[in-house]
Amino acid sequence: MGLREFGWNELYFLLFSARWTLLLSLMAFFGGGVLGLLVAALRVAPNRFARQAAIVWIRAFQGTPTLVQLLIMYYGASFLGFRPDAWLAASLTFTLGSSAFFGEIWRGCIQSIGVGQWDGAKALGFRFPATLWLIILPQAVRPMIGPTIGYMVQIIKGTSVASLIGIAELTRTAVMVNTVTFEPVRVFGTVALAYFVMCWPLSLLAERVTRGIDAKRGTGIADIFRKKATPRPSLPATAV
Amino acid sequence: MDYIFHFGPILDRWDQFLRGAMLTVEISIASMVFGLIIAVIGGVARTFGPAPLRWLIGAYVELIRNTPLLVQLYVVFFVLPGLGLKLTSDQAAIVALSANLGAYAIEIIRAGIEATPRGQIEAGLSLGLTRMQIIRLIVLVPALRAIYPALGSQFVLQLLGSSLVSAIAAEELTAVANNIMMQTFRNFEVFVIIGLIYFALVQVFQTVFDAGYRRLFRWTV
Repeated sequence: MGLREFGWNELYFLLFSARWTLLLSLMAFFGGGVLGLLVAALRVAPNRFARQAAIVWIRAFQGTPTLVQLLIMYYGASFLGFRPDAWLAASLTFTLGSSAFFGEIWRGCIQSIGVGQWDGAKALGFRFPATLWLIILPQAVRPMIGPTIGYMVQIIKGTSVASLIGIAELTRTAVMVNTVTFEPVRVFGTVALAYFVMCWPLSLLAERVTRGIDAKRGTGIADIFRKKATPRPSLPATAV
Repeated sequence: MDYIFHFGPILDRWDQFLRGAMLTVEISIASMVFGLIIAVIGGVARTFGPAPLRWLIGAYVELIRNTPLLVQLYVVFFVLPGLGLKLTSDQAAIVALSANLGAYAIEIIRAGIEATPRGQIEAGLSLGLTRMQIIRLIVLVPALRAIYPALGSQFVLQLLGSSLVSAIAAEELTAVANNIMMQTFRNFEVFVIIGLIYFALVQVFQTVFDAGYRRLFRWTV
């Protein structure tokens, strides 16, 4: 038996902690979005060193676990002579991490725009930043929307890692409530549901937006097996 | 900046890092194998199975993909024992990671299956192959080839995600880092080294996986 029942107070306490999950997510989304645009721009820049720098940035964040990045950020504060601060470490880690992912996602969208657009802009005397900003990006926005919304889901789920350095967002609150109530089914069921409610609409939206762009899909592949054999047209009577 | 690096006391404990890295690799590979098995069966059933089964697999996929891995890990670790299923932390880790990977990979495999040209299946039907033969020989093998790179990225995420297992006290790489940190108090250095080890693991895995493509699908034009 736990020390307390899992009652309304506990439920309220648990669900209300979702505000920190949302706050962390929003910071990561907007911070990472602004920085990610820069990463994407560098990634397609004419300068070779700029491209290399962006590749290194992306690989560093995509090639190490978020948890380890978070801990480096957290304990790195003492390296710079500050007191470790969980919130600063978490918001910084998630911002930088999502900038790498956004950079890579958006690079793909930018490169899906035809080379002719770049050539045309060059012929008109546009330099790289103006070409990207005025000509390429406005066209790339449409294919960017779906994957961007999709990545928001990853950001929201990813903030759960902040629980491991002591931020009392949804997941950590769940662990705490579970420790005193010892009702894991209800506690973690509630938390899973809370995440699901935040993420699922975004997933559906992302899928809908993405599918709207892709060429219309035909019937499902399994329909070939399900299809009833079409009856052969009977010969016209006159043919006899 | 009056911080002095001390890597010495950490590097003395290289054997602990090695053991941690081994467990990380073991957990990752085990969950990749189980996850892939779940995904192939699930992907086929989700495409070709009867409606209730398709719906059920869809629910599983959506549930896993819209909740954090860490929460799934806690569910397996705290909830399953209550149902009478006692698991060690390593086993709980493999169960959670496999279930997680399975859901993502089902969607990947389904995309590969859907991409099969219709004409090839019709050709199979007209050659008198059975439904299972068509799924196995004509649909699944080319589908696996088509999704191989996407599967590789998912596997890398899996390798990185296994660091979360330290939260339920399995002694893998990140947990080892936590232990060494307590012994040496060289927090920053420990995690820099751990970061480098993960990065190296990912590069090695990526290289091996890419080499696997050339070996497995040599027959392709």
